[in-house]
Amino acid sequence: MAGTAVRRRLTWRLATVAAVTAEARTARRLSLRIDGWEGHLPGQHVDVRLTAPDGYQAQRSYSIASAPGSTTVDLVVQRIDDGEVSSYLTEELRAGDELELRGPIGGYFVWHADLDAPLQLVAGGSGVAPFLAMLDHHAATGSGVPVRLLYSARSLDDVLGRERLEQHAGRGVGVTIALTRTQPPGWAGLGGRVTPETLRDHVWPPDAEPRIFVCGPTTFVEAVADGLVAAGHHATAIRIERFG
Amino acid sequence: MTVESRRLDGNAAAGRLADVFAFDATVARTRCGGCGTTAPLGAHHVYADAPGMVVRCLVCEAVVLRIVRTPGHTWLDMSGTAALDIPDGDPS
Repeated sequence: MAGTAVRRRLTWRLATVAAVTAEARTARRLSLRIDGWEGHLPGQHVDVRLTAPDGYQAQRSYSIASAPGSTTVDLVVQRIDDGEVSSYLTEELRAGDELELRGPIGGYFVWHADLDAPLQLVAGGSGVAPFLAMLDHHAATGSGVPVRLLYSARSLDDVLGRERLEQHAGRGVGVTIALTRTQPPGWAGLGGRVTPETLRDHVWPPDAEPRIFVCGPTTFVEAVADGLVAAGHHATAIRIERFG
Repeated sequence: MTVESRRLDGNAAAGRLADVFAFDATVARTRCGGCGTTAPLGAHHVYADAPGMVVRCLVCEAVVLRIVRTPGHTWLDMSGTAALDIPDGDPS
């Protein structure tokens, strides 16, 4: 079943927006209902296509932020200044609207719950979206695999899935949030950018042989990946998803 | 923007490649025709702001694959791919 989810020829299809909810200051969670959805694996994404009345099309990829067992397929969309697609998705789209998409896509940036290795997640900004799916799936499957999340965000208002991450922390997931620009008074998490020292202190050490997923803006993920390799992690244990 | 900051990876090409291939290309181990490096396509570098999508080797940056859509056609240039190893099962 998991295999068929990634080995099927893809077609564009219509999803119906079940709900649009605020996920952070400039991010919205789009909860979608999709007839005949075959299920997905945590880490997979969909391509969303918008078509203007004159036929002009724009296409973007968004990670699926909900676990495979969720009743809706959720995307978390961060509004980007001048972003022609993200502005529409975060400001114009309403419950009941339809959205054209294809997916689920990709079997490489996927966490399989039967993998024994400790799980290390490193996110920059909205790169945390696929990890929300992985963490929910980790909880839903009752996985005993130890998990750590290191999440870099600009400010507390930019943190996606904050309540849910607190719940995961409460069940034993190591959640470390680094706020790079502003920290609220009494902030107990990290401040400033993720450095090689941050990686050393908050990532499973190389001898624990973790499976590492890194997702975020290109410059962030490449700096993190370089730091992890310099710290002794095998490049093949690190899976990267850049979103430019 | 610098070349480095425009860089994506094979995951970004997965939807486009699914138009062409019946298998998930991101897990297919792809051998670079330039330097011989073999890695899942998902780990290769992708530049998506050209007229098409250009997949480059993660080690030597040689062009491994190009895919371009024109009205009514999809063009696939795999002259930089020495081999594709497509797994049968569910990879982990």
